[in-house]
Amino acid sequence: MEEPKIHPVQKLMDNPWLLLVLGLVIPVLSYTVWGWVEISAIAPAQLP
Amino acid sequence: MTTLQSNTTELRTCDTTGLPVFKGAEFFIRLNAVCAVVFLLVGGIAALLLALTRWQTVHLLGPEWFYRVLTLHGINMLIFWLLFMEIGILYFACTTLLNSRLFSKHLAWASFVLMVSGAVMTNSVILMGKADVLLTSYLPLLAHPLFYLGIILFAVGALLGVFNFFGTLYIARRDKTYAGSVPLVTFGATAAAIIAVVAVGHGALALIPVFTFSLGLTPEPDPMWYRLIWWGLGHTSQQVNVTAMVAVWYLLATLTTGARAPNEFVCRAAFVLYILFINLASAHHLLVDPGVGAGWKIWNTSYAMYLAVLASMIHAFTVPASVEIGMRLKGYTRGVFDWLLNAPWRNPGFSAFFLSLVIFGFIGGITGVTLGTQQINIIAHNTLRIPGHFHATVVGGTTLAFMGLAYYVVPLIFQKDYIARPLARIQPYLFGGGITLMSFGMSFAGSEGVARRTWDIEAAGVYGASTHMMLGLLGIGGILAFTGLLIFVLLTVGTLLIGKSNKGRPMACWGVPKTITKIGAEAEREVDPHNTPGAMTLVVILLVAFAVYYFANWGALADVWHVR
Ligand code: HEM
Ligand SMILES: [Cu+2]
Repeated sequence: MEEPKIHPVQKLMDNPWLLLVLGLVIPVLSYTVWGWVEISAIAPAQLP
Repeated sequence: MTTLQSNTTELRTCDTTGLPVFKGAEFFIRLNAVCAVVFLLVGGIAALLLALTRWQTVHLLGPEWFYRVLTLHGINMLIFWLLFMEIGILYFACTTLLNSRLFSKHLAWASFVLMVSGAVMTNSVILMGKADVLLTSYLPLLAHPLFYLGIILFAVGALLGVFNFFGTLYIARRDKTYAGSVPLVTFGATAAAIIAVVAVGHGALALIPVFTFSLGLTPEPDPMWYRLIWWGLGHTSQQVNVTAMVAVWYLLATLTTGARAPNEFVCRAAFVLYILFINLASAHHLLVDPGVGAGWKIWNTSYAMYLAVLASMIHAFTVPASVEIGMRLKGYTRGVFDWLLNAPWRNPGFSAFFLSLVIFGFIGGITGVTLGTQQINIIAHNTLRIPGHFHATVVGGTTLAFMGLAYYVVPLIFQKDYIARPLARIQPYLFGGGITLMSFGMSFAGSEGVARRTWDIEAAGVYGASTHMMLGLLGIGGILAFTGLLIFVLLTVGTLLIGKSNKGRPMACWGVPKTITKIGAEAEREVDPHNTPGAMTLVVILLVAFAVYYFANWGALADVWHVR
């Protein structure tokens, strides 16, 4: 009897590809996309 | 050169650790490590000049060269030195620890050539005075196109190195070169590699349009947009450093004290939290930017970010706890701190690791979480408190840990025993002590309002004796740290040139703690891996220190408005 039940978090940890995707998606949405949207919502300043 | 021709699968067994060393990987680890040390020296010479300029009484450089040398220092240290080391660490973690050959030698060559040529290109442009734009190269400052091209080439090279790492993970899994989960150190390296992909992606997104703009081909990107995207590189790469450093801590702890993680699952979970949440903290660089709103700022630097802080706090406990368990298993069971007192403090691999842990946690970590709080940031942004913080993380933390690693990499991978070993034993203390002093000087001068990235403070006419004393502390700490850095470089280069070969025998031991009582199963039964009072005490001290510092800063913020 080897390796009975594997914990779901352990499964996640054993899957570098899934971690790679999550590690890309979360910061890109939370930081980059959200920040980009806020910046593009500002009207450019009118230089005198 | 026989190494050049050798097949990637050719291997030797390490005479010290018994681990497999793949010749192909070994060759590239050596190349990357040598380059890392060269760029550390370039950045170190620049560091000395900067410290002697910010020490207002000495004020060595003129304004033009101050900003030039500051650009040189930031880029050589933060990018070249650390990334060359990290690529070497990745190659080690995916080959020796997984018992696998390197995925591709061609990729490793391409990576290395791009990184070296990019670094040389960027440094030449800086020294020619055509890129006085600092590390961040904020628009509308504009450098010569080759400055950006150099950094882009370097980044692409580093990315190829990271791909080689992922390729090796893939073939190792496919060829079943290891059983079960990857080792903890390899897992930490994987986390670092994932974060590096995010960093380089943002770097390309920010720098390519600036490169084409500098050539006159495209219009100027929006400076505010540039800052947002650039910090997706600038801050994220610091998280690569943190993550790689934690992996190195676990490695050095194991090599020097036989450390044993109290619970690998928890350590790994902490790395997962890094992968998922640590990059959001890039937002702390934009806390005074008008273009992004408070919701974005607070979410990214506080609520979501605390998940990554949680991860750091887990490591802050599990790393010393691993050492404590390892030492208790060796028989150092008396009292709370017997294990720590009997640790191999004369072993530079251990002292560099433990000092790095303490400096990073107590100075870097506490100041970082505090400065990254949106409200408090307003009294600290762009003051010398910021370099005071990050010289404790990336220098006293990461750089010192990597120096400790070198004390093992050189004997094990280059197969040469260190020359002047007594000097090596004091080097971590000198470097760590110097950086700590400098960091204090910077932090206190910054609290009094001294700006970072500023050549002169006298023009303001507001700074008195205490500020000058703090800047003097910065200068003296800087000189000590530089001395430590120089000793490290000279010893390492000297060892590569004239060190005694240790081929065919174990490396000359730096000193490891003796096992003083029962060993094996019997000790195992007596030591409860859930009972680590020493590490627990250290963590409680850390938390109390944090709370005091944090609330003192809220107090300082409240003092800005005199409501009577
Ligand atoms: C001998 C060791 C070192 C000394 C004495 C030193 C000293 C200094 C000084 C005086 C500054 C200028 C602060 C200011 O005026 O704003 C500075 C900036 C900086 N240092 Fe260091 N440093 C050392 C090592 C390092 C290392 C190893 C790294 C990175 C791994 C590093 C990264 C940086 C960065 C990123 C900056 C900011 C550059 C900028 O503002 O663009 N330093 N350092
Ligand atoms: Cu940052």
